[in-house]
Amino acid sequence: MDKKCIYMDHAATTYVKPEVLEAMLPYYTEKFGNPSSIYFIGRESKKAIEAARDKVALAIGAKSREIFFTGSGTEADNWAIKGIAYANEDKGKHIITTSIEHHAVLHTCQYLESEGFEVTYLPVDENGLVSPEQVRDAIKPQTILVSIMFANNEIGTIEPIAEIGKITKEKGVYFHTDAVQAIGNVPINVEEMNIDLLSLSAHKFYGPKGIGALYIRRGVKLTSFVHGGAQERGRRASTENIAGIVGLGEAIQIAANNIDKNNKKLIELRDRTIQEVYKSIPFVKLNGHPEKRLPGNVNFSFEFIEGESLLLMLDAKGIAASSGSACTSGSLDPSHVLLAIGLPHEIAHGSLRLTFGDKNTNEDVDLLLNELPGIVKTLRDMSPLFVKEKEGIKNVQ
Amino acid sequence: MYSEKVMDHFMNPRNVGEIENADGVGQVGNAKCGDIMKMSLKIENDIIIDAKFKTFGCGAAVATSSKATELIIGKSVEEALKISNKVVANALGGLPPVKMHCSNLAEEAIREAIEDYKRKKGEIVDNNDSTACGRRCEDIERLKNE
Repeated sequence: MDKKCIYMDHAATTYVKPEVLEAMLPYYTEKFGNPSSIYFIGRESKKAIEAARDKVALAIGAKSREIFFTGSGTEADNWAIKGIAYANEDKGKHIITTSIEHHAVLHTCQYLESEGFEVTYLPVDENGLVSPEQVRDAIKPQTILVSIMFANNEIGTIEPIAEIGKITKEKGVYFHTDAVQAIGNVPINVEEMNIDLLSLSAHKFYGPKGIGALYIRRGVKLTSFVHGGAQERGRRASTENIAGIVGLGEAIQIAANNIDKNNKKLIELRDRTIQEVYKSIPFVKLNGHPEKRLPGNVNFSFEFIEGESLLLMLDAKGIAASSGSACTSGSLDPSHVLLAIGLPHEIAHGSLRLTFGDKNTNEDVDLLLNELPGIVKTLRDMSPLFVKEKEGIKNVQ
Repeated sequence: MYSEKVMDHFMNPRNVGEIENADGVGQVGNAKCGDIMKMSLKIENDIIIDAKFKTFGCGAAVATSSKATELIIGKSVEEALKISNKVVANALGGLPPVKMHCSNLAEEAIREAIEDYKRKKGEIVDNNDSTACGRRCEDIERLKNE
């Protein structure tokens, strides 16, 4: 590498851990057999898939036969929501979700609206929390599904999933959660939390891209999404991505076994960053819940500046981060999540998301804290929104 | 994503600031859209002898602001009015298609500042609000459909 890259965008994707890659590699070369074949190398692939399935099941407290591999987290979300909708429309055509879901859920729900389904998009409070009572109140006799993310990808807020699960169980409505950001960061038990369907994706926890899984509680009625062969017990056709599945299994096992240790470190980096930024930069706001948030997530809004400019300047210093500004999406609107927590447009445009991972160190945070105040000041000096009188004013934490 | 010239003007913007007692000042865009540009001009004998900008916006907005000030300094008011957003974008080696709308900001800011100058001189009396942001919104819609 030409220059040191300080990667602080682990919610976007992660590298593949060496031990994960090592477990995957033989399945590209000598162990390439089709798991549907009867001969030895086919059986070997089949065994590898089932071993990975056991690992996924163990990590979320499910049974192995309730785990179905998919091509991505997005596919798992699409399958869960459309599959429930089409299999249960005779019971009703109402779905409940939130206004801060990932587009994989939001756009799927919008598509179903065009197909005649009714969708309620629940609001969230200023910290991004969904209220379980609002979920209860929104359930109607026609409601067939509640889909609420486990933790938000932008602001890191962790939703009250167990409380919502209690309500959906009591009301007899299916409960899906997009846990793509939560796996490996938050302990999950689908039994205890009364989750009926759960989406996950390997590349968010040091596994490969292009592989995800959907947990489907036994007995849940949903249609197939990819039609074809008899793979995944006839529910998700196409020849298995064996290496990907093996990688997913390895990665989730490592993530689940090290959750406490990893979180301790990530929370230290996160909280130190939040405290120091508050001390060194005025006109800053932390987005997301102060405590109920993903261990590696920091999301700030800096007033008077725009997020893409901030990212470009951080990039010039070797720091990779992300923003919810419109300019990073090619539209005029900033992130729907930041608007949903009540930020005015101009403040939402100035957001910065830092998501720490297992290679980040205190030295990385030192470098960030060293560069960030100067970058924010440079951009504010250039901004017509920032007037002289505001200089010298400090934050009150 | 951005050309070297864009990145140069973004990282080392020319003519940042505000001119005291400027002869013409124009501010266009709005915070809701995510970009605002404020341009101030010093004009003598209808020649722009200095230009400074302040911009709230993305990399393309800052770079086009910077380039625009370079392009108009030394030009007559009438020549400066002929500088379109495409001229500014081309002078930067082009902009990504989704960012072309940002270059309108520079064109509109120059026009606003010159209108302000003419208004102060009593050459024009109208007082229309800028349409820059609206125009850029339309550009985005058009790009989406292309």
